[in-house]
Amino acid sequence: MTDIIKTDVVIVGAGPVGLFAVFELGLLDLRCHLIDILPRAGGQCSELYPEKPIYDIPGFPVVTGQAIVDNLMKQIEPFNPTFHFNEQVEGLEVLGTPEAPLFRVTTDAGQVFETKVVIVAAGGGSFQPKRPPVAGIEDYEGKSVFYAVRKMETFRGKKVLIVGGGDSALDWTLNLQPIAERVTLMHRRDDFRAAPHSVNAMRELVAAGKLDLVIGQMTGLKGENGMLSAVSAKDNKNVAFDIDCNAMMPFFGLTMKLGPIANWGLHLHENLVPVDTAKFESSTPGIFAVGDINTYPGKLKLILSGFHEVALAAQRAHHYVYPEKKLLFQYTTSSTNLQKKLGVA
Amino acid sequence: MTKIVFVDHAGKSRQVEADDGSTVMETALRNSIPGIEAECGGACACATCHVYVDEAWFEKLGKPEQMEEDMLDFAFDVRPTSRLSCQIKVSPALDGLTVTTPEKQG
Ligand SMILES: Cc1cc2nc3c(=O)[nH]c(=O)nc-3n(C[C@H](O)[C@H](O)[C@H](O)COP(=O)(O)OP(=O)(O)OC[C@H]3O[C@@H](n4cnc5c(N)ncnc54)[C@H](O)[C@@H]3O)c2cc1C
Ligand code: FES
Repeated sequence: MTDIIKTDVVIVGAGPVGLFAVFELGLLDLRCHLIDILPRAGGQCSELYPEKPIYDIPGFPVVTGQAIVDNLMKQIEPFNPTFHFNEQVEGLEVLGTPEAPLFRVTTDAGQVFETKVVIVAAGGGSFQPKRPPVAGIEDYEGKSVFYAVRKMETFRGKKVLIVGGGDSALDWTLNLQPIAERVTLMHRRDDFRAAPHSVNAMRELVAAGKLDLVIGQMTGLKGENGMLSAVSAKDNKNVAFDIDCNAMMPFFGLTMKLGPIANWGLHLHENLVPVDTAKFESSTPGIFAVGDINTYPGKLKLILSGFHEVALAAQRAHHYVYPEKKLLFQYTTSSTNLQKKLGVA
Repeated sequence: MTKIVFVDHAGKSRQVEADDGSTVMETALRNSIPGIEAECGGACACATCHVYVDEAWFEKLGKPEQMEEDMLDFAFDVRPTSRLSCQIKVSPALDGLTVTTPEKQG
């Protein structure tokens, strides 16, 4: 069991809005931990449109999705936020009172946080692996169908089918090949978008007879009680065939799912968290919702709206962490106090 | 105005007017065509705007770009006439274009 982390603020989601929250909270001396299910920061900007231009970030005539994230990371550096990647926030429990909020936040990796303030910056929800639309796949998930490898040992001696043509599919094909009894890689075309060196390594194993490559698409699953015995597929001429296997890993990219937020006792409206427009606080004092995940009259799902929201939410968050201290409004341009925090004074 | 016909997986068809210069995906959303999710908003990054183009039209549209072909790997039940509808630009030359939406985008 890892130690409980005690902090001022836990931010759920490291998208652009969660990142900028670190800045606004940092100026007010609040320490932040950010948690994201993805392996890196940036949310939709990095995941969906890293190379595309954004034209409506104030002060930037044009900036790409990835560049805005890189800039935000640089901007929040002085505040030393701690990132917890590859972890999904599962539980959120109220420990304190409305006047003196305190929360217990838990992740699927078993990490526990005790925090005075929670900022939900979860955007469109957790980025999660896409589930292939084949009948009954839910019954196999976690037993013989896996979207990620937690322990390589799970696959020792197994007949593993990996489906897909990108880096995840190829990486796991190469990593599991020495451990599994047999690995079969299936892809819809004999052309792979994964990195050329992994594609070459894969082709060498196929040529050496150590790996099976099948061109086709999954159509159904065979097995019982969650244990696969075969995956049905068809080739590009619609000829059906079965692949003998007792474990399968499909890699079809990511999709956004609301996820565990629905179980946190928050009032939700059409999968969004309603907030007021002075503090951007949810129905539970101490829990704020900012960015794409919140809703209020006139809400626009824009990055600039999220930036405004975190600036106001931070003011209220300060009150919960330092109830005795009065907040003085200051400009970063002229306040030596703020400039010290930014490391520029 | 260019006419586009959307056929759902059960075979029911609906003809709508599309703005030239917009995409087939945008036209679908504007007309609440079921079966098009377009989670990434047309960035060619999600493959949830997958359609099957009518055989007669497929040639006229030209081949998908490399990026679109790669993203089709994330779609399900991909066929030779599969396209991502956010990558098809509407123009008068496409008047009468017919596309079928899949049963599920995944
Ligand atoms: C193609 C496209 C183009 C766009 N263009 C623009 C534009 O030009 N201008 C503009 O202003 N906006 C644009 N947007 C919208 C903009 O990207 C969003 O408004 C912005 O990303 C919202 O930021 P966010 O931080 O609220 O959420 P997100 O970016 O969605 O990030 C949320 C993060 O939270 C994580 N998360 C959620 N739940 C959990 C959990 N339980 N545990 C752990 N992690 C969790 C997710 O994995 C994700 O990384 C565009 C969006 C798209 C898709
Ligand atoms: S809308 Fe996402 S790929 Fe077309």
